[in-house]
Parts: sequence; C-alpha cells; structure tokens
Amino acid sequence: MAAERDEALHTVVDEKERIRSIAAGIRERVLAHTLANNGGYMSQACSSAELLACLYGGLLNIEQLDEPLVPPAFSGVPKVGPKTMTTGGVFHGAHGPHLDRLISSPAHYALVIYAALIETGRLEEAGLEKFNKDGGTVEMIGAEHSPGFETTTGSLAQAISQSGGIALARRLKGETGRTWVFMSDGEFQEGQTWEAFNASSFWGLSNLRVIVDVNGGQCDGPMDQVMTIEPLAQRLEAFGWAVRTVDGHDVDAILEAGREESDLPLIILCYTDPTRGLPLLKERYPALHYLRFTSDAERAKYQEAYEGIIK
Amino acid sequence: MSIEIVNRPHQEAFIEFSRDKPELVVLSADLTNSCEVGKWRDTYPDRFFSMGMAEQNMMGFAAGLAREGFEPWLHTFSVFLYRRPLDQLQMSIAYPALKVRLMGFLPGIMTPGGVTHQAIEDIAVLRAVPNMTILEVGDATEAQSVLDVAHAIEGPVYVRALRGEVSRLFPANEPMVFNRARILSEGQDLLIITSGIMTEEAMRAIPIMKEKGVSIQHLHVSTLKPFTDPQVTEAIARVRKGVITMENHTIVGGLGSAVAELMAESGSGIPLRRIGVTDTYAHGASQKYLMAELGLDSIALIRQAEGLLGKSLGIGPDDLAELREASVHSTAKAEAL
Repeated sequence: MAAERDEALHTVVDEKERIRSIAAGIRERVLAHTLANNGGYMSQACSSAELLACLYGGLLNIEQLDEPLVPPAFSGVPKVGPKTMTTGGVFHGAHGPHLDRLISSPAHYALVIYAALIETGRLEEAGLEKFNKDGGTVEMIGAEHSPGFETTTGSLAQAISQSGGIALARRLKGETGRTWVFMSDGEFQEGQTWEAFNASSFWGLSNLRVIVDVNGGQCDGPMDQVMTIEPLAQRLEAFGWAVRTVDGHDVDAILEAGREESDLPLIILCYTDPTRGLPLLKERYPALHYLRFTSDAERAKYQEAYEGIIK
Repeated sequence: MSIEIVNRPHQEAFIEFSRDKPELVVLSADLTNSCEVGKWRDTYPDRFFSMGMAEQNMMGFAAGLAREGFEPWLHTFSVFLYRRPLDQLQMSIAYPALKVRLMGFLPGIMTPGGVTHQAIEDIAVLRAVPNMTILEVGDATEAQSVLDVAHAIEGPVYVRALRGEVSRLFPANEPMVFNRARILSEGQDLLIITSGIMTEEAMRAIPIMKEKGVSIQHLHVSTLKPFTDPQVTEAIARVRKGVITMENHTIVGGLGSAVAELMAESGSGIPLRRIGVTDTYAHGASQKYLMAELGLDSIALIRQAEGLLGKSLGIGPDDLAELREASVHSTAKAEAL
C-alpha cells in the first residue's frame, strides 16, 4: 500500500513538474516568435502560461494524439452543405461522449494556444512558422479552422453562449464529458457574457466549466481604468455559479480548483500577472496588450532576456 | 373575394411537424405564446428551452445545440432576431452555416407595437449575410408548409412568419416550394411581384385592373434568398410595360432591390416601380392605417400601374374588394401586439 501511495505521489509530482515545464515552454516559444517577427501577444503568454498548461497538461480529458499534427492550408470558409473545412478541433483529438471539450474564447490568445499545443505534442513545432501567413490556418486571431479552435469566437463573449449550447446538447444526449471554456477577463464587460452566465445557471449546466485569465489588462490599458468588472467573484456567485479564485501561476491551486466536483457550473478565476516570467515587460506598463519593439535597443534587451530564459 | 381564415396556423402544424423529429428543439425569448409555441412547449416540455429576454445569448446556445446535432427553431418577433443580435447571428450561426431556424413573427408593419417592434429592414440586412436562406410566408398554407421547406435546408434559415388569424390564399394541398414563385395571374402588360402579406393586398386590385383590360402577370415570391427562380427572370423578359414589386419592408434591399438586380443584370431596360416602406421608420398604428399612410395598399398598386401604363384606370377605393383585417384584440393572439 505504501509503495502504491508513493507511486501515486510520484505521479502527481511528475504531473506538476510537467505542467510547469509546459508553461515555461509556452513563454519561451511566444517570446522567440515575438523576437523573430517584431511583434506578439507576449503579456497574454506570461499571464496564461500556467492556466493553459494546467488545461492541456492535466485538467482536460481529451484524446492523446499519436503524433503532432501539421496545420493544413486554408481550405475555404464554411458553406451550406457538406462540410469541407478542416476544424481546428482535430488538434484536441476525436470527440467522445466521455471526453472533454475546450472552447477558447479570446481568439487573440491564438499564438499562446498554438504554443501550448506544441508543448503538449498536438501541433508540429514548425507550425508556428506558419503563424499569420497568407493562405494558412495558423491565423493571428484564431477562427474555427485554426489549431485548437473549435468555434469562431474572435467577437468576444460569443464562446460562452456557444459552449452553453454545447453543454446543454451534451447533457440532452447523456454525455458525461465536460465542456470547458477558456475566457479572458475583458469579456466580462460584454453584456452577452452575463446573459450566458445567467442562462447556464438557470439551466443547471454543471457540465460547463470556465477558466478565466484575470490579467487585469485590455487593449486600452488597465481594466480598472477602462471599465472595471470587479468584484467579479461576487458578481458571478450572485449569478448562481460556483466560483473559485486562485493565483493563476499556482499550478497546485489551479489543478485543485479544476478537479473539484460541483453541482453548479464552476468558474475558476485565475488572477495573473501579465509580466510573469518576463519582468522586463513592466517597463512598458500599462501598454501590455501587444509587444512591438520601439527601438533596436529595446529589442536587444528582450533578446538578452530570452537568452537568459533558454539557458 | 371570399377568403378562409385560419386561426393560429403555426401552432398545430408545428406540433405535428415536430412529432417525428426528436432532434428538433425550440428556444424562445419570452414571446412564447405570442409566437404560437405555448402549446408546443406543453406538448414537448423536454425539448423547449426558455432563454429569457436575451437574444444574443440565445444565438450562441442555438449554435452550440446545432453543432451537437440538434435542430434549434428560435421563436420570437422578427425584429429581435436580427437587429440586436446581428453579430451573434453572423459569427455564431451564419459563418459556420449551422442548421438553425429563425422564426420571425410580425414582420414589417404588421404590429401596432411601433418602431421598436417593426422589422422593416430585416430582409435587406439578412440578404447581405452569407450562408443565409430567407423565406417569407404569404398565407396560412405557407405558414403550415414553410416548416418542411425550412427543415430541408442545410444552413441557417430566417422565416418571416405569420400568426394569429391568417388568410388562406393558396389551396391547402399546394404547399410552398423552395425557390419557386406561385403564378397567380398570367399576362404581358405588367409584371407584379409580391411577397408576404402584400400578395393578398395585390389580389384585391388585380382582378379589377384585369377587368379594365390590363394584362397582368402576378407572381408571389416566398424565397427571397437565394433569388434565382427562373420563373422570375422569364417573366421579366416577357413583360411589355413595366414591373411593380410590393413588399412589407423598406424598398432598400428587399424584394424590390432583388428584382432590380435581376433586371439590371439581364439588361431588361423596362421600368420598375417598388412599393414598400420608402426609407422611413414607421410608428405604432394598425396595419390598415400604416399600409394606407405608407402607400403599401392596393390603391398604391393601382396608381403605380397607371403610371406605367400612362393612363387612368378609373378605379377608386370603393371599387376594391374589402380588406380582411384581423381584429387587434383577436382571441387568436396572445396579446394585442
């Protein structure tokens, strides 16, 4: 018995180490990409690395892939009739009644999600070279043909409603898998988000689970200056959701909250630091939404930081 | 003109239609009885989902259900299906070409609810949305048979639906056919193309104009997108004096515009007169009052015909068949709206 317990403990330790390594890999890949292309959604990688690593590396019950997939060329927009378009959902494996789904809402996190897919053996490493290239699917703002995207959610707040419908449908079909939604905090400014949270608790969608990167930033700057959404936890509780608030860089806390059983739809608010792992970003505060170097000197500093990270 | 009136044609037809379709679900936004699905809810309680007054979210829920193999039929007033939630309708449903049916009641100026309730530009807006199919019901037969037509279409469908006391203009055994106009009169001088409730209005005037010696081709159109029915293009090619369109909608972007596009593309070179709401909002008043005020009635049709023919037909309001008007407080409606 003691040996089994030791082995279980060992596996847990391994899992957390693996997740931390995935998170480090996400930051590293996004920074490398940003350096190579003089632009990228860097702060989103810094804030959400542990959150996405926990999802793809532990929380999601999705099919393992035999080998990383090659992103296909763009084959056209969806048309009425037989489906010809490749869905980005294939990077999550085949659907199954007992398996989870992940719907990513903030499509401008695409670069970070692609990095997470590479780190977890779902997207070929060279996939990022196709980022934002004409005729490809590795788009800058992911749509449902892009790796890791099952729906089109770039117009924010639409994923949570779509996922509510998916969760309701799966319950009607007697499926046991969860439907996860990855959201950003800015989306809580949209009225539709609150319609969706209200409807999901009204219809008792306990198979719906939301995880949020509460990094406190949006395009115009700090959210508390643009339009506050706080107190978010209390607001969500008032909407009938089970709310867990965690340090979004604490892998143990994210995993624990994500694995909790709940009769209510559950939301995990991951409070994060958009400069975590790359303190140099603090110099740009509050303009963190998109990193584009303003001078060669600035770029050199990031290059130096990158070399420090990969060492 | 003696016309059979059918009470709540959607109510029973939709219950019967749904019986052998377990994948069919209904989403409603607080206008359940007003859209004749209260009895449907009581018949199939496990397939009915009240989404409250939250149409943006309802679009997303419908999209999710459709992705999982269900066939959601949304029921609310026309205006609430496209005006407020247009981005959600486009990005969550139309872009992925999902099999969602949008049942829009009280299209155009059919409601005394005023500007907030009057969908006068829905066809214009939705014709511009890729992957959409647009159907419009013109009588009780079509209110009942549009269900099969919409069900057979793979992508999203928007239906301008009728409810309450509805005239039966077309035989019950002649159902709506996708993308095929009904030929209601044959002739060569004028081509009159009508849709929705305007067909009944035109039918009041056309027999009298024919008695006065005018040769009229009258087409009733129920598929507004796609707009590729060869009967329409053939009729345009044959007509001598001109074409008149008549719609319960702004003349910008609806039936009149669709016909204008066909005429221009075919190089027809004959005049077109579009009867409809002339680029204005309306207000709260009865259908009969608004049709007269906005120039949507049979007298307006006669005046436009006279203009194209270059002569007076000597027809006045007293010569026209009496318009059947449903009482505002009809028991066939859930409320006076």
